[in-house]
Amino acid sequence: MSEKKEYWRWKEYRWHDESLDWHDAEIISAGVDIGSVSSQAVVMLDGRLYAYSNQRTGYDSPESARKAIDWAMEGTGLTLDRIHYTVGTGYGRVNVPFADKAITEIACHARGGNFMYGPTVRTILDMGGQDCKAIRCDERGKVEAFLMNDKCAAGTGRGMEVFADLLSIPIEKVGELSLSVEEEPEPVSSTCVIFAKSEASALLREGWPKNKVLAAYCAAMAHRVVTLLERIEVKKDFAITGGIAKNSGVVKRLEQELGLESLKSRYDPQIAGAVGAALFAQVLETKRRKG
Amino acid sequence: MIANYGYKDGSGDFFITIDTDKCDGCGACVPACPGRVFVVGEDPNDPLREEPVAMVSEEQRKKLKYTCAPCKPDHDRPPLPCVVACPPGAIGHSW
Repeated sequence: MSEKKEYWRWKEYRWHDESLDWHDAEIISAGVDIGSVSSQAVVMLDGRLYAYSNQRTGYDSPESARKAIDWAMEGTGLTLDRIHYTVGTGYGRVNVPFADKAITEIACHARGGNFMYGPTVRTILDMGGQDCKAIRCDERGKVEAFLMNDKCAAGTGRGMEVFADLLSIPIEKVGELSLSVEEEPEPVSSTCVIFAKSEASALLREGWPKNKVLAAYCAAMAHRVVTLLERIEVKKDFAITGGIAKNSGVVKRLEQELGLESLKSRYDPQIAGAVGAALFAQVLETKRRKG
Repeated sequence: MIANYGYKDGSGDFFITIDTDKCDGCGACVPACPGRVFVVGEDPNDPLREEPVAMVSEEQRKKLKYTCAPCKPDHDRPPLPCVVACPPGAIGHSW
């Protein structure tokens, strides 16, 4: 049997700012976001982004948390015991053994989005691995309204992974390829990942090229989340976080349907939750020191 | 904050909305609901808020369509007990 290629598999990586030295920091804070599909760890020095890592969540949440933070600190000489305050977030937030506090991903994404996209951001759409969150926040990153859908996989990263696998297209190429159609097809009618997949198989049998099938799926996903966003009233500026933010096929179609462009950040959109958690950790440590 | 608890699936939108700026955490909704949908506690989405707040319990969030069904007959629907019980009028239903 030939080995099956994993087209869904995205690149895991880490980064740290070599111009900063953690020895100079008064407060070293960390945020660990254990999602259903991916885990991120962020380290901040006095509220400045210092290091982060992004990798796939394993079956063991405490171990994923430890691996994420260790990888973020790799090569910096920083160790866990030197971090003053850690906040855990995401599905596995209660399973981060070294966290001082757990805070929901709603609060963390608003805070992190404010940091990454600037104080003008009012609406944040987080398209995560297995859920989708629409958040409206104020200029300080405080939540004003939110909605989360985690009962249905439509509009999630995992759904896109299933499609990458079905069509044997590397996940990073899906967006670009879906935009290469000459004419925009009708979106697939089912947004349910299971039924959308069988619908796509039928379209392939009819002779649809891969890019057209992907276009139909990306459009369906975009339309689906727009109906979620409407419930919280979309306000400018708008930003997308989570893995799907890297899929231009969904992002472009979403922007078209909303009539709004989304802000881009120089940081990875997947780390927004962990960034927010690290910022809360910074505030909570400051509070703790004041007594 | 407008907190939407619930879900959207193939059969519709099922969200209970709590306006946390109106909610003072009095807890009147907790015994008023026959389905035990509400709990009162620290706001998980606003870690810096001191006052307790009402929210939909974790175990009810994904089955509101079914839990709330007895209070929502097709005809002659009476006012919802949770909505009636809330003095500041902080609770709303999307369906």
